[in-house]
Amino acid sequence: MTGSPRTPKSFQEILMRLQAYWAAQGCAVLQPYDMEVGAGTFHPGTTLRSLGSKPWAAAYVQPSRRPTDGRYGENPNRLQHYYQYQVLIKPSPPDLQALYLGSLEAIGIDMDLHDIRFVEDDWESPTLGAWGLGWEVWCDGMEVSQFTYFQQVGGHDCKPVSGELTYGLERLAMYVLGIDHVMDMPFNDPQSPIPLTYGDIFRQTEQEYSRWNFDQADTEMLFQHFRDAETECERILAAPVRDKAGRAIIMAHPAYDQCIKASHLFNLLDARGVISVTERQAYIGRVRALAKKCADAFVQTEAGGGNPVEAA
Amino acid sequence: MPDLLLELFSEEIPARMQAKAREDLKSLVTNGLVEAGLTYASAGAFSTPRRLVLSVEGLSAQSPALKEERKGPRSDAPDAALEGFLRSTGLTRDQLELRDEKKGQVWFAVIEKPGRAAPEIVAEVVEQVIRSFPWPKSMRWGAGSLRWVRPLHSILCLLTDETGAEIVPLTVDGIAAGNTTEGHRFMSKGRFAVSSFDDCRAKLLKAHVVLDSAEREARIWHDATTAAFAQGLEVAEDKGLLAEVAGLVEWPVMLMGAIPERFLDLPPEVLQTSMKEHQKFFSVKNPRTGRIEKFVTVANRETADHGETVLKGNLKVLSARLSDAKFFWENDLRTVKTVGMEGMAAGLANVTFHNKLGSQADRIARIEALAREIAPLVGAPPDLAAEAARVAKADLQSAMVGEFPELQGTMGGYYARAAGLPEAVAAACKAHYSPLGPSDDVPTEPVSVAVALADKIDTLTGFWAIDEKPTGSKDPFALRRAALGVIRLLLGSGVRTGLIGTNAPIGKARDLHGIHETASGPSGADVNELLTFFHDRLKVFLRDQGIRHDIIDAVLAMPGNDDLTLLVKRAEALSAALKTEDGANLIQGFKRANNILTQAEEKDGVEYSFGADEKFAEGPEEKALFAALDRAEAAIVPAMKAEDFTAAMSAMAALRAPIDAFFTAVQINSDNPVIRRNRLNLLHRIRATCAQVADLTKIEG
Repeated sequence: MTGSPRTPKSFQEILMRLQAYWAAQGCAVLQPYDMEVGAGTFHPGTTLRSLGSKPWAAAYVQPSRRPTDGRYGENPNRLQHYYQYQVLIKPSPPDLQALYLGSLEAIGIDMDLHDIRFVEDDWESPTLGAWGLGWEVWCDGMEVSQFTYFQQVGGHDCKPVSGELTYGLERLAMYVLGIDHVMDMPFNDPQSPIPLTYGDIFRQTEQEYSRWNFDQADTEMLFQHFRDAETECERILAAPVRDKAGRAIIMAHPAYDQCIKASHLFNLLDARGVISVTERQAYIGRVRALAKKCADAFVQTEAGGGNPVEAA
Repeated sequence: MPDLLLELFSEEIPARMQAKAREDLKSLVTNGLVEAGLTYASAGAFSTPRRLVLSVEGLSAQSPALKEERKGPRSDAPDAALEGFLRSTGLTRDQLELRDEKKGQVWFAVIEKPGRAAPEIVAEVVEQVIRSFPWPKSMRWGAGSLRWVRPLHSILCLLTDETGAEIVPLTVDGIAAGNTTEGHRFMSKGRFAVSSFDDCRAKLLKAHVVLDSAEREARIWHDATTAAFAQGLEVAEDKGLLAEVAGLVEWPVMLMGAIPERFLDLPPEVLQTSMKEHQKFFSVKNPRTGRIEKFVTVANRETADHGETVLKGNLKVLSARLSDAKFFWENDLRTVKTVGMEGMAAGLANVTFHNKLGSQADRIARIEALAREIAPLVGAPPDLAAEAARVAKADLQSAMVGEFPELQGTMGGYYARAAGLPEAVAAACKAHYSPLGPSDDVPTEPVSVAVALADKIDTLTGFWAIDEKPTGSKDPFALRRAALGVIRLLLGSGVRTGLIGTNAPIGKARDLHGIHETASGPSGADVNELLTFFHDRLKVFLRDQGIRHDIIDAVLAMPGNDDLTLLVKRAEALSAALKTEDGANLIQGFKRANNILTQAEEKDGVEYSFGADEKFAEGPEEKALFAALDRAEAAIVPAMKAEDFTAAMSAMAALRAPIDAFFTAVQINSDNPVIRRNRLNLLHRIRATCAQVADLTKIEG
């Protein structure tokens, strides 16, 4: 391929190129969801919008938290807080693979030099009651993205099917920039008046959060918050209110916020090591039950392609 | 005779599904064509990550015309009957024929089904096959409802004969069949038309696609072994990995790289497993050092810099993965050196083995107690066997086995040695899982045998007790494999023990599981059922060794049949005896004696077990039989006692000639009731003498 753009200089340049690329493909460039989530999939722009019949095309960065992956900032590849880049297009376009490969070129991966492969990797989220088929995408043997055709979310068949792309931004950027330790990666242009590395921004936070996640978080409080989130989610969904036109006002999004909270609280409790192997399945089941109820509610709303008058 | 070419072009098909998909495509399409009345000469199916291709040669151009006659109502039947007949045949009244039959005139329908042209049939069959293809997992995409393994993009479907190629008229969910395809995703541009299978294959090759997976495998293996040979190295053979890798590429390009020095002291199993599982690399060994020093990766393309960037990238991933492995290895070593194997195993108390059979720690405690009991039977020091059982599964808690479950046992061996445990204990960590399959090696080191037996017998007894037995093809806990393992371990070491008695291994295992024997209760029955399960597995095992199942049945009837080593010795001796002429003929004589005796006993309502008296014997043959039986009994009793089954069998087989001579010369049913009774009692002696060796009534033929 000719005219490959020059190699980017920084983490943020890669991120901005992805934003520009997917904007040019017609995606609404959303902003990160303002809650703690484990992956970009939890953003309502994916979970809820992949449901129902309405077409959708969105791309966004999502800061993601996986408390058990914290390594006090010492591991070259593992972080408890990292960034995912997420694209969701419904229905999945026939040229989605080509569009995806275009995005790799846009961030400076020269197709004439690299070996890109689509290796079977089916995706399943037990907490979201969701699954799909697709691949992990390998660039020279490194997994750089997850590519999934959603088949079910929250227990509902996806019709039409959404195509989802998830890029692990740090890993991808480290590869493009040729960096071996994530903390050494230039966050902004190294030629800037004040150059900042990833470590300048995140080394201390990784240390602080690793300590809190693993050793300090008040587990009694976390258990209580989990129960509160669960209770509130169910309460919101059980009590729809009508407007003057007789339409049910279904509060799918506020309920889903509580589901997201419960999921993250579970992850924190897991990192604290206070959930036994047998309890683990039960907790995952409780979060899934919430996700399913939120999905049930969302498909009755206008955005979910439902008819709120009938939903009453 | 046209040839059919079909290509189903899609996004990347999982490598593991391709082989079955090829077979399914071939059989489903050809079966469909044959059912529709077409014939063909030969067929072949091919796959790459992005396509399934079928070539059918010598297809008939159309199906034969068929003529069907159906008999309708009589001409004087009510109108309704005739209307019904017209509806069912789809004909009108003037198309029917009236024929004279014995009972009057009858309406006949002659339905001619004209032959159908191949394109029409192919279109129907292919659409049907696509819509019902048995993928292990399939999906929808976009706004459509068609299911395929991944999005299906195009269908190439041609019938080619001398006059040229014709596109088969076929549309599936908006995808119309055509005569074009495309080549390699990166090394080829645009679509091109093809006219036949050979043309397609040749043009694909030009477009950097090797259509045949066997050819891709051959290329990869050739290139890898050649490169390794040139450096005095060897590629570790792995057929499964080769097939998988060949299913990931359309244009295989072999690249070899070196494992960084700092990882070379990792155990070779760790290097090999990590490289295979994570990156699908082949391991390259240095035969002089026995170490894995290099790797082979297979890219899907040639690149401008001849693979340099690709190899560098792969190496970077390898280093990250092996850094993890090294971290696990060093951490685990530190653990066993500070708290020992038992310290590493501590967490197993929190790991459930089965919710009705307790935790892994509970299970290990049972295996330990049982191994201590079994140890003397196999010549192992009980304390050592107990220690081995206690630590053999400790590595389930290691970081390395957490990452690579398939290294269970192997890592335990390394860690036990690092912890300074005796070699017999370290070896048992891996060996106690063996034998894993019918062709796997059987451990013979006594400590390993004791732990392996204890582990498997605990599993079998436990799952039997909670009624989780194998049924049909379902055996989720691999109990058949465990039973075969026990059999092979016992036979391999010639272990002499009954299995089910109170003090025998299964009896002890039942105690440890808290199963209590009741006279007639279900758990009392269970143990015999479990023994029968062992006997069934033994039959399968011995059948493969060439010993017939009826021979095993004949020896199963003997006492002590829960001692499998004894049982097999008997079966082998009987099998060998029956292969001799005397042995084979003895069966006939025995059966004759037994049949006459059984009939007489039924008729007379008595059992002729009073002992025959030689003084009533008439003629030399009868007297000779008395003498022969005396000799046989004198030989058989001590031989059986000494477990010299070959001697016992040949003593029994020596009865053949006297028995044959006796039957030739003597009439059993003599008019003299005293002599008749005496002869029946003599036949009983034959039966009783043979019964000391085996139950010959079970022998077939």
